[in-house]
Amino acid sequence: MRTSELKQLGQDRARRSKALAAAFADAALEEGLLDVGYGFADSPFGALLVAVTRRGLVRLQYPGRDVDEELADLAARLSPRVLESARATGEVRRELDEYFAGDRRTFDVPVDLSLTTGFTRAVLAATARIPFGSTSTYGAIAEAAGSPRASRAAGNALGSNPVPIVVPCHRVVHTGGGLGGYTGGLERKVALLRLEGATPV
Amino acid sequence: MTPRAAIPPFQTFLEEHRSIVYRFLRASVGVERADDAFQETFLAALRAYPSLEDGRNLRGWVLTIATRKAIDAGRAGRRRALTVADVAAVGDANGQVGGEPEVFDAEDPVWKAVSSLPPRQRAAIVHRYVLDRSYAEVAAAMASTEEAARANVHQGLRKLKEVVRDEDE
Repeated sequence: MRTSELKQLGQDRARRSKALAAAFADAALEEGLLDVGYGFADSPFGALLVAVTRRGLVRLQYPGRDVDEELADLAARLSPRVLESARATGEVRRELDEYFAGDRRTFDVPVDLSLTTGFTRAVLAATARIPFGSTSTYGAIAEAAGSPRASRAAGNALGSNPVPIVVPCHRVVHTGGGLGGYTGGLERKVALLRLEGATPV
Repeated sequence: MTPRAAIPPFQTFLEEHRSIVYRFLRASVGVERADDAFQETFLAALRAYPSLEDGRNLRGWVLTIATRKAIDAGRAGRRRALTVADVAAVGDANGQVGGEPEVFDAEDPVWKAVSSLPPRQRAAIVHRYVLDRSYAEVAAAMASTEEAARANVHQGLRKLKEVVRDEDE
């Protein structure tokens, strides 16, 4: 026997390892070893990257940023046990579908604000209480977060919202009627407010 | 000394090394056990993953885990010889994962010869001649010395030649 004959034993025929790798996330989930599961949700803005932990939705990223970069960031900040998982992200993807189809007004999926701290977290918690179809102001949100005079800081906090749409920072506008900024770009802010039937000024 | 590298997301690590791990396992435990060994290898890697401190040489690391799984599977396999029914069941197991099932010929003379080797010799031969790895790498994967790795490969080759010669007679 020639050693070159041994090569044929080590073949990945029909890319079998690809099918095995695709099934692996389910095994990891069953073993309780999946810390961050991610997937992609369809939206009028393109594919949204969604990432969930055991506690809930931790990240929603608009198209634009490089996915590998975003995943590397999540690995460094949360846990390197990051896997693509249709099962772990199923609920949030379904709720987003319903929201964009006009069939859902509130999200039931829990939110994990682990990527935020302190004032930002308080601002996002206050923002999460703004109802569908209405708006609030940076000043009111700052006040609800415990710092009435910090409306500019509240704006910065909203700009770093790791879970836009689900924590509806698009519903926060200026007191004078101006739209303010938006983490996903102003066009998206306007589109979301229109979808909800709130009239942006 | 090169600086430490960041630990990549597990998905990236899995995509990067799945093929070489599968090829190693397919050649060292056989196609009907390769699927289970693949899953066990990556589950063990996932379990240990957060405690890694350096993202360099992850390929060497995962092949070391795979080698341990292959040697364990080989030892278990010697206590319970393969039957034709096991080989026939491969089709069903493959169907669950999806994708094209591997065709495995239980009569393949190369596999028959390799599967007759003791597990450590088999793993060493596969590292050296199927994956083309250096003796230093073989030794690292087998948690042994380079001399021991050379000896394993040498003895394995001699045994393979004997087996094939017996068949020919």
